[in-house]
Amino acid sequence: MTDSDTGVQDAGFDDWIDAAEEGEAYYLECPDGHGSLPPRRVCPDCGATALDSVPLPDTGTVETFTVTHIPTPAFEDDAPYATAIANFGPVRLTGQIVGIDLDAIENGLEVGIEISVSETTGERVLAFSPV
Amino acid sequence: MSNVRVAGVGLTSFGSMPERTSRDLFAEASIEAFANSGVSRDDVDALLYGNFMGELSEHQGHHGPLMAEAAGVDAPATRYESACASSGVAVRDAVKRLRNGEADVILVGGAERMTNLGTAGATEALAIAADDLWEVRAGMTFPGAYALMAQAYFDEYGGEHEDLAHIAVKNHENALENEKAQYQRAIEVDDVLGAPQVSSPLGLYDSCPISDGAAAIVLTSEAYAEEHDLDAPVAITGTGQGGDRMALHDRAYLARSPAARDAAEEAYGEAGIDAGDVDLAEVHDCFTIAEVLAIEALDLAPVGEGISAARDGRTTAAGETPINLSGGLKAKGHPVGATGASQVAEIATLLAGEHLNSDHVPDATTGVAHNAGGTVASVTVHVMEVVDQ
Repeated sequence: MTDSDTGVQDAGFDDWIDAAEEGEAYYLECPDGHGSLPPRRVCPDCGATALDSVPLPDTGTVETFTVTHIPTPAFEDDAPYATAIANFGPVRLTGQIVGIDLDAIENGLEVGIEISVSETTGERVLAFSPV
Repeated sequence: MSNVRVAGVGLTSFGSMPERTSRDLFAEASIEAFANSGVSRDDVDALLYGNFMGELSEHQGHHGPLMAEAAGVDAPATRYESACASSGVAVRDAVKRLRNGEADVILVGGAERMTNLGTAGATEALAIAADDLWEVRAGMTFPGAYALMAQAYFDEYGGEHEDLAHIAVKNHENALENEKAQYQRAIEVDDVLGAPQVSSPLGLYDSCPISDGAAAIVLTSEAYAEEHDLDAPVAITGTGQGGDRMALHDRAYLARSPAARDAAEEAYGEAGIDAGDVDLAEVHDCFTIAEVLAIEALDLAPVGEGISAARDGRTTAAGETPINLSGGLKAKGHPVGATGASQVAEIATLLAGEHLNSDHVPDATTGVAHNAGGTVASVTVHVMEVVDQ
């Protein structure tokens, strides 16, 4: 989220959202193959500091989800909405599920990354859509 | 390792008191703790104070000296912040300082003012305990995070919302006579199942309330208690702390709390007990599913079987291991920074036979307090035992 007063971005995170918008989502990989998310300098699994950006697999699987009816103020106009943890192999991600009826969501759903926009704030939101 | 004695405890009522400042709440709790302790304020070597959202709810940082002043204590003071485990980690540090001889008397506790923020504001404030970039910006709330764990649990081990409802019913039942509890109201399983949804599968009655309140405890070294002939029959005999990755999606397990298992093993090891010795526990039931994960991590129920413990009566007041006889966070309330210390205070009075629910556990000698922060990325476990009748 860009600071609306100063225009300052969060380096690493906003870069990732930019890349994901272009269909080029990635994760960070250490020499031992542990995956993690930016901004990061040290592998949280093994302490390695040589981290490479590697393309994220195109599809992930929903491992768990919830439909939120009582949101924080930043998502007031978005509720109810579904939030899920999806497994993309080297990393899991938390995002909103879009492009499907809330009632039709189930664990095991195959999804891809999509960057949506909050109806409340207009900010970009990490989301998943069924593939 | 020498034990640490609980000389006195004090709790404010927990509830909605939006106009009361945290300094006023903590002062009230500390007055009660000193009055019950037989310890002079002059003997206090340090104040360790837990608080989570003071910057957001009161525009106040640097709580340590403010709270020492409020409690009438002239001693170095430090604030501890580990989300909902803030005063749990404060108690743990107090135990360590008293054991290693750095201090003879420590005032430890915490307070939180929350209801002045309103429901939306408090929900937003609580969410800062999660990863802002990778969780909160995707719309994850705290009820949402525990809902993700509940859904993952159902998927992996089975169970249904009705099992969770029995936990809420039990904890409300336990708080019925507790005049300091936020809710002194019996509820039925159907009330829980029919309540408005917060974040599926969790509804309003699966969730602890937003609360204001404070807790204070006067802890002393064993030597100080003996020298001053204190009436302090309960000791903290084991302390443990566990940690995990910040974001739920980065954890090895979505439906288990290995950090709490680590903390329990450390605390049980120090106390020289195992789970079979535990007579009762206060666990961090911020949401009904959290009690399931807690009792499994504490090895009070096998993994995958904690879900049915309340429904089967194993954790009710009349059960083999009563859980949350105080009413828990669910019914007693959850003023975040006060919660960990309040659990230790409840166990101390339960074991001393001075709690309104002590009659349910007349022979209890060993209790456990489990305090979790975030989605259990921070957690403390304390073992407490009756050492002097």
